[in-house]
Amino acid sequence: MNRFVQRWAVFLGLVLVWELLTWYAEDPFFPQPSEIVEAAHGLWFSGDVGDLFLTDTVFEHVLPSIGRLLGGWAAAAVLGVSLGVALGRSEKAAEYAGPLLTFMRSIPPPLLVPVFLLVFNVGTQMQVATIVFGVLWPIMLNSVDGARSVDATKFETSAVFRIPKIHWILGVVLPSAAPKIFAGLRVSLSLSLVLMVVSELVGTDNGIGSQLLVAQRQFDFPDMWAGIVLLGVLGYALNTVLLGFERKALAWQPKQERTPATVEEKS
Amino acid sequence: MTAMLEVADLGHTYQAKDGAHTAIADLSFTVGTGELVCVVGPSGCGKSTLLRTISGLIRPTRGEVSLHGNEVRGVPEDLAVVFQDYSRSLFPWLSVQKNVEFPLRRTLGRSQRRERAAEALEWVGLSGAGRKYPWQLSGGMQQRVAIARALAYRPALLLMDEPFASVDAQTRFELEDLLLKVRTEQDTTVLVVTHDIDESVYLGDRVLVLSTSPASVVADLKVDLPAERDQISTRESEAFVALRAEVARLLNVGKTSEEVKARRKENEQQAAKWAEAERAEVSRVEAEDRATT
Repeated sequence: MNRFVQRWAVFLGLVLVWELLTWYAEDPFFPQPSEIVEAAHGLWFSGDVGDLFLTDTVFEHVLPSIGRLLGGWAAAAVLGVSLGVALGRSEKAAEYAGPLLTFMRSIPPPLLVPVFLLVFNVGTQMQVATIVFGVLWPIMLNSVDGARSVDATKFETSAVFRIPKIHWILGVVLPSAAPKIFAGLRVSLSLSLVLMVVSELVGTDNGIGSQLLVAQRQFDFPDMWAGIVLLGVLGYALNTVLLGFERKALAWQPKQERTPATVEEKS
Repeated sequence: MTAMLEVADLGHTYQAKDGAHTAIADLSFTVGTGELVCVVGPSGCGKSTLLRTISGLIRPTRGEVSLHGNEVRGVPEDLAVVFQDYSRSLFPWLSVQKNVEFPLRRTLGRSQRRERAAEALEWVGLSGAGRKYPWQLSGGMQQRVAIARALAYRPALLLMDEPFASVDAQTRFELEDLLLKVRTEQDTTVLVVTHDIDESVYLGDRVLVLSTSPASVVADLKVDLPAERDQISTRESEAFVALRAEVARLLNVGKTSEEVKARRKENEQQAAKWAEAERAEVSRVEAEDRATT
């Protein structure tokens, strides 16, 4: 509890310093944090009581964005984990697929936005496709790694006790791979947020990303900054929820093997 | 006494790019129902290959293994193994109770599984530990869980691969006595592979002494000790001392002729290489079995 308070005290202190600096500088490009909060309030939290004070912008832009983010990420998770586990358990398949995987993951996903614009309809389809394609690889590669890491003794134990295939995959391979899979899921979640914004910058006027772009073009800097803060808060919240879920799912791990909360993501 | 396990003219040769390696030359022996037989041999002599052929993880290139009269092809229905490496053999994400239940999921319903697991945990003196995770227990207790898991499976034959090699000496004594106790109570047929001469004599009704690789049976010794054994008095009895000396002599222990040394060294170097080939073969046979069933 004490450390929690300390950490947030430092954070609030920095915001305060920023407030003072921007107040002193009076630069239109850098509005004061209090102005940003005011803009955010006006944008999203000045709605009717019946809508929990949320404005129409929240329902029309913010929630659809989050929906696409979570939908794309979840689809990539299902696809990535099942393909990854299958590849990880088959040496031959992994050998053949290896170069292709390395090739695909090396393509910067934002580059594919124009391609997906042609292939899919403008809008949700193309945006979700961008997210899925971009975040699939970290999940898949981590799943391959995890599935491969099942040790020989567990394999022989399962063989000797004639564990049926379904129990072997769900009861032995998946739990063995789970720590790696979660690492991939966390990297992918923050990547999803980036791709959500990127995919909303072209060919659409819907979503947090496009709203941000509009505010920027209209020199409405408090609104633009409010959007940036919203993305930060969103990333923080999503990561916290996933981390909580991971802690629960991996509660069986010996304490010293657990991932610390502040671990840096590596992709 | 009827034979539970029959190994006849068994031989196994691994094929690799740079030649072939014969792990087992010509092995024949039987294990009677209810018997406890220990197999001792020098390191790298093909003990693990023998275990894997008996458990059906590897198909021998020659000869035959039969369990209660049926030839072993693929992993038999009623065979359980206790591995040396308990920390890898147990599933860390399952509680002790669930670990014991896991192999029973194929054949039993939930309540029956729970009953069997609780019973087996009681046999090994771990009644209170069912809800713990394996890593919360000491090494000796974890190996007890592995033994309970094997016993709950009600195997016709219990195979043990160097089961007490990874625990300290004191715990080893405890586990040896535990094994003797449950095997008498449950009337289980047991085959223990070990490199520990004293252990083989202390545990066994019979001791099979294997030669260096390629393995063959050098001697099949009956252990003439009372069924009731005690870590102190049994180990100082004349019969025990004489037997362990005989086994040691058969294994050339302490013999320091240059020729023996050189051969031993060569064996140890090769062991790692062939262990690799063996693991690959296990995966291959397993995959084929999965494909056919």
